[in-house]
Amino acid sequence: MSLRADVQLRRGALDLSVDIEVRPGEVLALLGPNGAGKSTLLRCLAGLAAVDAGRITIDSKAVDDPAVAAFVEPEDRSVGFVFQNYVLFEHMTIAENVAFGLRASGTPKAQALATAHDWLKRVGLAELAAARPEALSGGQAQRVALVRALATSPRVLLLDEPLAALDVGTRAVVRRDLRRHLESFEGMAILVTHDPVDAYALADRVAILDAGRIVQVGTLAEVTARPRSRYVADLVGVNLVSGNVSEGVLATSSGARVVIADAPGGPSLAIIRPHSISLVRDHPEGSSARNVWAGTVAEIDRLGERARVSIDGLLPLTAEITVAALEAMQLRSGDDLFATVKATDIEVYPA
Amino acid sequence: MIRRRRRSTTRSRVPAWVVALAAVAVLFFALPVIGLVWRAPWSNAWAYLTEDTALTALRLSMVCSLWATLLSIIFGVPLAWLLARVQFVGRSAVRALCMMSMVLPPVVGGVALFFALGRRGIVGQYLDRWFDLRLPFTTAGVVIAQTFVAMPFLVVTVEAALRQLDTSFEDAARTLGASRWYTFRRVTLPAIGPALAAGSALAWARALGEFGATITFAGNFPGTTQTMPLAVYLALETNPEQAIVLALVMIAISFAVLVALRDRWFIRAGNEPTRVQP
Repeated sequence: MSLRADVQLRRGALDLSVDIEVRPGEVLALLGPNGAGKSTLLRCLAGLAAVDAGRITIDSKAVDDPAVAAFVEPEDRSVGFVFQNYVLFEHMTIAENVAFGLRASGTPKAQALATAHDWLKRVGLAELAAARPEALSGGQAQRVALVRALATSPRVLLLDEPLAALDVGTRAVVRRDLRRHLESFEGMAILVTHDPVDAYALADRVAILDAGRIVQVGTLAEVTARPRSRYVADLVGVNLVSGNVSEGVLATSSGARVVIADAPGGPSLAIIRPHSISLVRDHPEGSSARNVWAGTVAEIDRLGERARVSIDGLLPLTAEITVAALEAMQLRSGDDLFATVKATDIEVYPA
Repeated sequence: MIRRRRRSTTRSRVPAWVVALAAVAVLFFALPVIGLVWRAPWSNAWAYLTEDTALTALRLSMVCSLWATLLSIIFGVPLAWLLARVQFVGRSAVRALCMMSMVLPPVVGGVALFFALGRRGIVGQYLDRWFDLRLPFTTAGVVIAQTFVAMPFLVVTVEAALRQLDTSFEDAARTLGASRWYTFRRVTLPAIGPALAAGSALAWARALGEFGATITFAGNFPGTTQTMPLAVYLALETNPEQAIVLALVMIAISFAVLVALRDRWFIRAGNEPTRVQP
């Protein structure tokens, strides 16, 4: 009893190859950069697109299986879809929008509208039942889109960037409401987002989708502790270096050498945290830091009392120093310098 | 209430030569109407209009053009949907074929219809032999000729609207449990309603004015195939004053349709003409 999806699909530049499972009562967040295939995957699950190969099962019933020419139409899949821009039907009232799914499946009008009113009451929008979608704020429209999907009692709930279109203030409130609804939802839920805050607040597990592949699955804490993709590393704000370890040195494909404390040999990933990097103008002599890399300042970003310095070189890095240090060094873009890191400050794990 | 601020438009920044050329164009369209109104025998107008031939032709025109509009909707909307939403080999060719009667001289269309549906036509001979059905020179023939020239106007309009429509509304409906047909009825149709109305009105106006294909395929028999445009043409030979009155009736109908459609159905939403700030 779960949602299982082995999805293989090619569409233009996208080459999607994904295998995921979501259990009842679980919320999986799909996190990844634009164009990674997140929305396409959701469309496959909903039946709005067909897979080229693979198999999708909902509660062990195959809804898309090209091998046996099985394809269940979206309306027969028991899948609720909350679209990014809500797509409420403009020519219907709010109550009619929420009642739409029940009406479509043959529920008598009065009964469908009564159910719709109950749902609207639960999200505090009962007084807007007779209004048109154009009268709603973004947060209200999001809630209507959610209950419209929930009113059909779907087994699977798919949410495509549900909070992306909201301003920051509304976002927190709607996120809290959404969390409450997802907690009481007994089916399988998948949430597409590019905001780790959403993933943290709403999801039990996170799957990182990058260029059509799931590169990492786990709790958000697990995923961010040991990033396996540039995307997650950027999200967390650490430098991710991949290469091959032998005799205490990690060698990258570009030829940079990273001295590390102790790690088994073989293909590995290393995290260098920006605040563990020191910057000096002249080559340091007699330093305890085992790593000294030459580089050029590419960009300087001031963030309050700190500054992030992007360094180009054999090993591109981002370092974080205080604004005071930045001013003392009088760093400018294009300056040559050396970045140093202690071997013990570098975390290494198998790729 | 938001009102269109037409009155606030000034010509302060519009080049004079543009205005001059446009004025000539307007005059070019206005003069024929003015000419007819000028020459109309207003004292006898009512008598001419209520003459049997005129009333018969008017009624026949109405009946036939409405049937043609109905047929255009029944067959044209599915055609427009197919052209807008389904990718198939030869779609451009099919579209071109179905739009051809818009650019074809109507007389040529009438001749072509004759060889297709006439008593010796590729389909017509079987209609005749098996069903004893003869379309040329009948009222049904008028409807067919009018549908032939009018349907493309509806198809073009509805297809454009379907292409513009965000398909995620239909996707949303499907995921909510609506079948394709329910989705079309409850979501697609209301969304393209204005375009469908505009397309129908255009098709109807075109059917009402149809002359060439009708006279070629259906002939000119009072009571069965003589529609208003044919009656106007005939009256021109025998009774020019009546021709003017009938012509004015047709102009009045056409003008009423276009005014009812208003600009908003010709100019797409959100794409209003640039207004000059006062």
